[in-house]
Amino acid sequence: MINGLLVDTQYCTGCYTCEIACRNEKEIPAGQWGIKLNQVGPFCVSEEEDKFIWNYTPMVTELCDLCADRVAAGQKPACVHHCLADALEYGPLSELVAKMEAKGERAYLMIP
Amino acid sequence: MDAEWKKTLEDGTEIVRTCAWSPPGCHPVGCGLKLHVKDGKLIKVEGDPEHPVTKGRLCVRCLSLKDYIYHEDRIIYPMKRAKEDRGLDKRERISWEEAMDIFAEALKANQEKYGYEGSCLFNGTGRAACIHAALGCYSVLQSPNQCYALSGWSCYGPRCAVVNFVAGAGIPEMDYAAGFPLRYDDPSFQVPNYILVWGKEPPKSNSDGLFGHALIELMRLGAKLITVDPRMTWLATRSHLALRLRPGTDAALAMGILNVIINEDLYDHDFVDKWCYGFEQLAERVQEYPVEKVAEITEVPAEKIIEAGRALAQSPSSMTWGLSVDEAPNGVQTGQALMAIMAITGNLDIPGGTILGPVAGLGGAEEKDVPTQVPEDALSKKVGVDKYPAVGMIQNTVHPDLFLECLETDDPYPVRFAWLQSSNLISPTCSAQPSRWHKALQKMDFVVATDTFMNPTIMAVGDLFLPVATFAEGDGVVFTHFGSNTTNCSAINKAITVGEAKSDPEICFMLAKRIFPDIYTASVDELVHGYLSGLGAMSGAQNWYELRDIGTAQVPVTYKKYEKGLLRADGKPGFSTPTGRVELWTTMYRNLGDDPLPYYFEPKMSPSNTPEYEFILTTGSRRVTSFHSEHRQIKNLRDIHPNPVLEMNPADAKKHGIEEGDWVRIVNEHGSARYKVEITPILKKGVVNAAHGWWFPEEDPNEPNLYGVWKSNVNNMIPHGDIGKIGFGAPFKSAMCNIEKAE
Ligand code: SF4
Ligand code: SF4
Ligand code: SF4
Repeated sequence: MINGLLVDTQYCTGCYTCEIACRNEKEIPAGQWGIKLNQVGPFCVSEEEDKFIWNYTPMVTELCDLCADRVAAGQKPACVHHCLADALEYGPLSELVAKMEAKGERAYLMIP
Repeated sequence: MDAEWKKTLEDGTEIVRTCAWSPPGCHPVGCGLKLHVKDGKLIKVEGDPEHPVTKGRLCVRCLSLKDYIYHEDRIIYPMKRAKEDRGLDKRERISWEEAMDIFAEALKANQEKYGYEGSCLFNGTGRAACIHAALGCYSVLQSPNQCYALSGWSCYGPRCAVVNFVAGAGIPEMDYAAGFPLRYDDPSFQVPNYILVWGKEPPKSNSDGLFGHALIELMRLGAKLITVDPRMTWLATRSHLALRLRPGTDAALAMGILNVIINEDLYDHDFVDKWCYGFEQLAERVQEYPVEKVAEITEVPAEKIIEAGRALAQSPSSMTWGLSVDEAPNGVQTGQALMAIMAITGNLDIPGGTILGPVAGLGGAEEKDVPTQVPEDALSKKVGVDKYPAVGMIQNTVHPDLFLECLETDDPYPVRFAWLQSSNLISPTCSAQPSRWHKALQKMDFVVATDTFMNPTIMAVGDLFLPVATFAEGDGVVFTHFGSNTTNCSAINKAITVGEAKSDPEICFMLAKRIFPDIYTASVDELVHGYLSGLGAMSGAQNWYELRDIGTAQVPVTYKKYEKGLLRADGKPGFSTPTGRVELWTTMYRNLGDDPLPYYFEPKMSPSNTPEYEFILTTGSRRVTSFHSEHRQIKNLRDIHPNPVLEMNPADAKKHGIEEGDWVRIVNEHGSARYKVEITPILKKGVVNAAHGWWFPEEDPNEPNLYGVWKSNVNNMIPHGDIGKIGFGAPFKSAMCNIEKAE
């Protein structure tokens, strides 16, 4: 069974909490990331309707071990626990795929 | 929540359950934390999943608490510096005994020379110190002159005044079920249809203690947003309607929305008949604001104004209003019109609507509530309240603009002793024309500062530095909305000791005991906890210790308080206004010399009034990595936003040959400032947005550089004294400027 993280790009607010929570938890030095916040946009797709696309897309790196110690102790990974928008979810891929299907839009799965 | 506030693990690690309120800087959100302490040292910060609102979630600032507390630049012992060394990076460690002696002697000398009114206390914004400021100013200094230096008292004060005058109540906030143990599942709660988010970005600001990400929860439950902001913020991209107005035209937009609601007969007749006063007059006034005209003034398309009016009339809908209501000379009219929108659509104080606070004004003590009091004759000399009584009535402080003039001219009298209580006012935060404040403060005979780090203001003028504890280092209380509309009231629990830092209340009572040994006979600990028990009384706990066992008390929300006699001192139904109703035609505005009905006026600096300028300059938008001028030395946070940024539209940048990352100068008749350009389509053409709060802890601290505080000081471009009729509001969000390329 492989575990991963599900990201809700509809509601990730780009708050950087995951970056810092992870850096604290894994004692990662400044300038390195276990998870890094990226973004797509903002860009205008319809001037007429004043419509913009702007999505935040956090991405894990090889420094992420999915918080093995925390999970073993019955806790959520640090990034998931602290995420302000509840936009990160941890679990077995199969479960996360089902959740993604249920959500139906604007989400992606990642594994480090 | 965990009934035990402190637990010790087998390996000796202590886990302290607590809630946060500054320092480090924040509004009274009171997010729940578990602090892990080993051998007296904070080793880890974890969000407390049992907190009823924040549920374990934390922002980057509390997550960086350890970096802040143990930062090498933090000052954790009392320090003194000779007056002739002001502006020089010199200081000498002293004992608390010596520090209190210096304080008491300087104050006594000042009082003998200039009277009780010859001293003053500056409080900053948002930090808990703004509550404790009353204790410091009225009890310790016995001075009437507490000063929040922001021109026009342009933060929270105007909104407090509006709701007080219009509805006789405390600050309104959108209903997010924060007072219910079951939260959104409480059977009496309803999800709002629409939420009007006016001039604020709650997920970043958490302003006034609203947990900003509650908006995301409500959106997930189906609420739709109507955001009012000149920028296409991230929140606006997810809104049903994004009303991107020209900065400074908020009052016109609110009147346009009222026009739609009234002329299309969308208002709640029953509520208007029973509970509103002056509807006919308001209905007549809104005819001066037809939608097409409002569209022209505000640059918001007419269809969107109409759609907003129609949406908000679908009850329940709610509103969360922000700083841009305050930061405009026309702001109290904007607020008055917004209150009218919520009232006539029947959305006040209903489930899923806009909840009124039961108490008016800002929390914290008044002069009469503190143990030692300001003598009568000094009290009547509070600067500026004769001219602007509204500021005295609502905020109980001096009028900031007139106080600057008083310091500059000694008229009506000289003030020569100042206490900077967590206020870095010469950085671009809470003053207009900070270079004038800088000169005015240099006139002081004595300046004491209570803070956590050295900053440009203290470097410039401080003679005595008293080290303040963070919320992890002292007991305290935190209550959302500063006590004016509190849904959560929590204990802050001391987990660690760092150097000789003391909490703000501890410092106040230590000094009070030193100055009035016969009055303050109890121990500092007893005095502090007695005081905290009083502040936390709204939790329903008997005393502070009981609150500590509870953790976070949810203060139950009562809907329709006006029907139940819960808004008036006499217990009768209705509102605490002269007519007993929501006053759309506002008696108090008239009494204070303003128009009793809302109206719009073009800002003094605007594209048509000052065509010599090309850009509208707006300031103050939030970054999660800092609280105003704080956190600039915390590496993990500074790395995210390393530079003072000016946001600019691509077309404007192209026209001026400016590329991403170029340095530019913002210039107007008042000053200039250096910023790094970020080109982004979220800005309207002709509007630039400058980040506030900048200084550079890594730079030379000595005068005249003062950590580079004048380099990117956008507040130097905001005029002093351009305020509204009753004394509130200044154009921090709608000044004008030109842009030049810089080296
Ligand atoms: S799961 Fe743990 S290690 Fe991985 S990104 Fe999140 S916090 Fe970092
Ligand atoms: S913590 Fe959550 S909301 Fe914040 S940036 Fe990371 S994923 Fe997005
Ligand atoms: S919002 Fe304030 S209290 Fe909450 S985590 Fe951030 S800094 Fe701490």
